[in-house]
Amino acid sequence: MTVNLTLLLVMGVLFAVGVYLILERSLTRVMLGLMLITNGANLLLLSTGGPAGLAPIFGVGVPAEAYSDPLPQALILTSIVISFAVTAFMLAIIYRSWVLGRQDEVQDDIEDRRVANQPTFDAEDDAEIPAETTEFVPPDEAEETPATNRARTEREK
Amino acid sequence: MNAAQIAPLAVVLPLLGAALAFVLIRHPNAQRRTGAITLTVTLAVEVVMLASAWANGAQAVNIGGWIPPFGITMVVDELSALMLVVSSAVSLAVLLYASGQGMADSDEEGPVSIFHPTYLILVAGVSNAFLTGDLFNLYVGFEMLLTASYVLMTLGGTSPRIRAGVTYVVVSVISSMLFLVSIAMIYAATGTINMADLAIKLGELDPSTQMTLHLMLLVAFGIKAAVFPLSFWLPDSYPTAPAPVTAVFAGLLTKVGVYALIRTETLLFPGDRLNTFLMVVAVLTMLVGILGAVAQIDIKRMLSFTLVSHIGYMVFGLAMSSVVGLGAAVYYVAHHITVQTSLFLVAGLIERRGGTTNMDRLGGLAKLSPMLAILFFVPAMNLAGIPPFSGFLGKIGLVQGGVDLGSPIAWVLVAGSMITSLLTLLALARVWNRVFWRRPEDAEHPDPVLVATKPDGSAVRTTRHVEERPHGRFTGRGIVQLLPMPMVWPTIGLVVMGVALTVFAGPLFELSDQAAREMLQRTPYIEAVLGEGAMQGVAP
Repeated sequence: MTVNLTLLLVMGVLFAVGVYLILERSLTRVMLGLMLITNGANLLLLSTGGPAGLAPIFGVGVPAEAYSDPLPQALILTSIVISFAVTAFMLAIIYRSWVLGRQDEVQDDIEDRRVANQPTFDAEDDAEIPAETTEFVPPDEAEETPATNRARTEREK
Repeated sequence: MNAAQIAPLAVVLPLLGAALAFVLIRHPNAQRRTGAITLTVTLAVEVVMLASAWANGAQAVNIGGWIPPFGITMVVDELSALMLVVSSAVSLAVLLYASGQGMADSDEEGPVSIFHPTYLILVAGVSNAFLTGDLFNLYVGFEMLLTASYVLMTLGGTSPRIRAGVTYVVVSVISSMLFLVSIAMIYAATGTINMADLAIKLGELDPSTQMTLHLMLLVAFGIKAAVFPLSFWLPDSYPTAPAPVTAVFAGLLTKVGVYALIRTETLLFPGDRLNTFLMVVAVLTMLVGILGAVAQIDIKRMLSFTLVSHIGYMVFGLAMSSVVGLGAAVYYVAHHITVQTSLFLVAGLIERRGGTTNMDRLGGLAKLSPMLAILFFVPAMNLAGIPPFSGFLGKIGLVQGGVDLGSPIAWVLVAGSMITSLLTLLALARVWNRVFWRRPEDAEHPDPVLVATKPDGSAVRTTRHVEERPHGRFTGRGIVQLLPMPMVWPTIGLVVMGVALTVFAGPLFELSDQAAREMLQRTPYIEAVLGEGAMQGVAP
């Protein structure tokens, strides 16, 4: 199979720039990066069809090798439509993010921060359990119960 | 009858239902009915397909009458039919639950009218991914379900959901791009994207090319299935979505990734070239996931980590490439879809009843709502693998496969799966002790409403003044039905289905072992698509 060098170079640049943009924190750049990578992938699909030929519409007397490969073109068409939908959705998210917070940067996860900052001491698992030595509590330390309350109110009468 | 003839219905019916639900966007009741009826009919069609596939083995249909390998084929075999039936049953239950929630809240928050059409498209995408016999159509199925899931994930457009949605969308798009690039490379190498045809032609390639293509597919599907170290996105994004959405994502989306991994490993790239690698990945997924789960204090996040961890079991079964191991993995997928979804639905009910899923605030729910406690306890024990539940049976199958294999790494995996099972039990017992068993005032940050609530729930409605304080802290927790029956019934249904997996474990294991045997032979699948004798002259 012959490979078109121009396509290959363009593809490489698209992928490289796309990866660079995805690693940014700004959502708009991430979206642009995704678009570039999608286009790189589409070019890759296109180049798998081999060299260009006639349009893949049946003509009498045209040998099979003269046509372009129609399948990659069908695949690219599908992939373009899908990436169009995803891009539209990303734009909606970016706009919503801007409306909500006046920013389009990727935010830290609050829960992750919390887990990272939590102390190693866990009150439920690590606290010392006070040892009970006796079931019988001395009367002066006994908690007030309804019975003692009633006794006191009767005394006050 | 050839079951594959009706296979396209499993995709077309939900799509038509979605269109109808979209037309009925101003009539919530009609939308609910459309969704429920569509999914019930789809489920019935899929049960017929399962029965036929069980009796006759793999069958294929060529969409549009194109001769394979040129057109798109749909293949119904034991694995895809079983996945379809389980996933449709689960998505029907979740749809009923979501409808119940919508009715109870009288659709007050967010554009919920978009939920039903999107949800049906998601189901269509899942069905398409399970049925297709064409690699690019698998990509289309993935994109259908992913695009629908983006919308569901950010439903209502609140700030936390947008934040989580961004992570989810970017990671999913990147994994889809990797998949698309792999498809392009596979087409360049072989000139076909029909999976049965690829199964023959990929074997004729140079081993190093095979390795590259194999690894690229594994990475792409590994992100979707949330296999460590590609699972970081899942616990960040799933818990913020509405409860029914999280439940259906947890049940279905990662399993579609696992399904794609199974097909890659058995049909496209058979042999044990990467088995050791997969086993290492499986044990890391299990352990890292479950250690994350033990550290969480939010029930939904904890469940998301157990989800990641238990993907490891499926990869373990897959990596063994034996009938016992693969059969157990298939059974485990069916078990895990049901149980994980029911746990997330119960988490949604806990959130409604207790106002939060934060374990530091909750307490005393067992007294408040014994039914909720039972609904949590049964799937929790099921997930942890306590006998006689289906989780135990699946794990026994996996361990048996590992012991049969007997290599050192297999023993490491057997030990790892035991430890993971115990730690799962620990994580779920913590939820049980804190949320259900202790008194509400023993919580780290006791919830005043829960502390004030009497067991009959009488104090709840008098202490919350929603009308006077529309933006108060109890907004949305006030005069609502706490446990509406339309939400409880689907949950009960799923919990019962989880138990039924134990009751019917015998026939199910027979089915999954048969599926595993046919997948490892590969001949039934390939001959169903390409016709008899297609495997002649091909090295097994």
